[in-house]
Amino acid sequence: MSSSLLFNMTTICYFAATVLFFAYLAGKHRTIGLAGSIAACFGFLVQTLAIGLRWQESYAMGHGHAPLSNLYESVVFFAWTIVLIFLLIDVKYRYRAIGAFVLPFALLAMAWAQLMVGEQKEIQPLVPALQSNWLLYHVVTCFLGYAAFAVACGVSIMYLVKVKQEGSTGNAPAGGLLSLFPPSRVLDDLNYRAIMLGFPLLTLGIITGAAWANYAWGSYWSWDPKETWSLIVWFIYAAFLHARITRGWVGKRAALLSIIGFAATIFCYLGVNLFLSGLHSYGGG
Amino acid sequence: MKNQPGDFISSLWRFFSSLKLTIFLLIGLAVVSIIGTVIPQGTPPPAEYLQTISAAKFKLYGTLGFFDMYHSWWFILLLYLLTLNLVACSLRRLPHDWKSFREPVTVLDEAQQKNLPNVQWWKVSGNAAALERSVAGLLGREFAVPTVTKINDEYHLFAQKGRFSRFGVYILHSSIIIVFIGAMIGSLFGYKGYVQIEEGQSASVVSTIAGTDLDLGFAVRCDSFALSFYGTGAPKEYRSVLSIIENGKTVVANRPVIVNSPLTYRGITFYQSSYSQAGPPSFRFTVRNRKNGDARVITVTGDEPVALPDGRTLVVTGFAPEIGSIYPGFSGPGVQVQVAAKSSATEPFALLKNYPAFNADRGGAYIFTFEDIAQKWRTGLQVTKDPGVWVVWLGCFLLLTGIFIAFFFSHRRIWVRIGGGRVVVAGSTSKNQAAFRASFEELVEKLKKD
Ligand code: HEM
Repeated sequence: MSSSLLFNMTTICYFAATVLFFAYLAGKHRTIGLAGSIAACFGFLVQTLAIGLRWQESYAMGHGHAPLSNLYESVVFFAWTIVLIFLLIDVKYRYRAIGAFVLPFALLAMAWAQLMVGEQKEIQPLVPALQSNWLLYHVVTCFLGYAAFAVACGVSIMYLVKVKQEGSTGNAPAGGLLSLFPPSRVLDDLNYRAIMLGFPLLTLGIITGAAWANYAWGSYWSWDPKETWSLIVWFIYAAFLHARITRGWVGKRAALLSIIGFAATIFCYLGVNLFLSGLHSYGGG
Repeated sequence: MKNQPGDFISSLWRFFSSLKLTIFLLIGLAVVSIIGTVIPQGTPPPAEYLQTISAAKFKLYGTLGFFDMYHSWWFILLLYLLTLNLVACSLRRLPHDWKSFREPVTVLDEAQQKNLPNVQWWKVSGNAAALERSVAGLLGREFAVPTVTKINDEYHLFAQKGRFSRFGVYILHSSIIIVFIGAMIGSLFGYKGYVQIEEGQSASVVSTIAGTDLDLGFAVRCDSFALSFYGTGAPKEYRSVLSIIENGKTVVANRPVIVNSPLTYRGITFYQSSYSQAGPPSFRFTVRNRKNGDARVITVTGDEPVALPDGRTLVVTGFAPEIGSIYPGFSGPGVQVQVAAKSSATEPFALLKNYPAFNADRGGAYIFTFEDIAQKWRTGLQVTKDPGVWVVWLGCFLLLTGIFIAFFFSHRRIWVRIGGGRVVVAGSTSKNQAAFRASFEELVEKLKKD
């Protein structure tokens, strides 16, 4: 069995999970929601296996490096971290409806990865700059942070949808599929918690990146566009955390800030390579 | 009266210690930082970019400092304001936090109790002293050992957990200032420079990016430089072997330096950064006469033509250190050569070092074999001295520690008042109200049963 076959299976699982979560929202059958979670969980296990296998394949080819070295591998890993964070929240809070807003991010990432062709998907040997254990620490922490922000963004979108509905139907509890959404108070809290998880991880990601840059290039900070964008993201979420303390910035504004933060995160991850130039090699080729 | 100096100072103080300013500065920094990622940075800015903008724009951007944005006065000012804001904010809050740390409120009066989100009370009968003992015992087991104060006939119990977590935020915020201090030490007392050294040569002076020449106080010798490639033609390793000579003594001998593995001596670090050819490569070929098998070795340096036995010349027209990307399935170095006469030349053809027979079937008077290549390299080293880097790492460590404490620990307090036929329980937490409320209610249930 090859890793690419397992990645195909993963994509199918995430697709199934997404469809099931949507069906759950539409039909409110608890078993469908459970099936969605099971599909996501199964997909996650298959993907874990696939990533492990790809790692092993790289050893068999004589390269022997963690599968985190190019755009394809990073997109796959991003999907993995998103589902990981989702599953943790699912186990802890059991609000299945969140799946419908989070799993699409993972599905989108996997689908995009599957659409890449030929050389982009191959296991490539590492160029000298990437031959470092810091690569692993840096990428893993950054992506776990990004995934937490993705979950926060999904929850924030739910929040906005929910309060809009609550507003338009007066104070009566929202009917239809919205009754499956967690209460807006809970969504607001989940947004905050996801960011409380993402912020330390991003901080660690930036610090490991700085340590690596210092080791490889002799400068822990050089205002390279990628570095700068990660700092921009960090500032936005720091503002979010402070805005929360001062009150007034809970609810709608907090949700908006969280969505803006994730947009900046995605730009930091992908936009910088597509539109700007710099030292980071992801997405370059 | 308005406009009194005292008023002015206190409103200035409130402004600089406000969280509103913090949010404004954080968002402001995020927004303006974008500029430097869109406009290429450098002094002078890259020429290709300058060609794409108008003279007016160039002047405007230059005046605003957009080409070296992160060192412009207004960006630095924002960072100073953030620091000032941090210090002011911490100073404003510290006395209160310190006082409640040293002298916790062990007796809760009615007014304070009203401000707490979690308060419950119920009627009891029986001996207050006996009740106090059992409540204290339960609190000790379930939460933390309480301090008991007896006032008149009332017992006041106070228990707390995680009081140190109040200081997480201070650690976090001061760590940011420590990082700034580290960065400042680096820019004041450190430098970044660059040096190129030919194989076999040594250097003791580096040119800094500030444009000055700096004597290291010792010499660095490049013993050798080598580069290797993957089969795909992608670079695999750049390796300089360096020695350090101080006062005529070799203090570091034959130390390999590759990307991601620098060499540090006396606080100065050498990073593998680039390489270039020191003079043209020279190639050694065997030339074998196809008819009689006479063989001869010739050496070609650069693109200089070299005479063959029959009077024609051999010219090297191209060289690739790794031909895998040009000839898939093959590997190793390759050259492209031509055999030239006075007014004509053969088509260029390839010779591959790892495949001696590659040229055997070409036809022509000679069979060429690519024996070897000699290339003298010059290694390019980035040279950095940054005495502030450990301060930066200390700041980073404290930053993480502070975030960890501030996010995952909370200061929880519980007060119990027993007397007058009532038990009143109040609780507060610095974080995570929802979880605290749940455990508070659980505790109250247990107390009620007791
Ligand atoms: C880059 C700069 C800064 C970062 C990264 C940062 C980070 C943080 C974080 C992560 C928290 C914890 C938030 C929470 O518990 O939810 C916090 C709390 C806080 N920060 Fe900052 N901060 C920064 C600058 C400032 C500045 C300039 C001020 C000055 C006014 C400030 C004042 C506060 C206050 C008052 C709190 C609340 C403490 C509490 O919960 O008791 N911060 N900060």
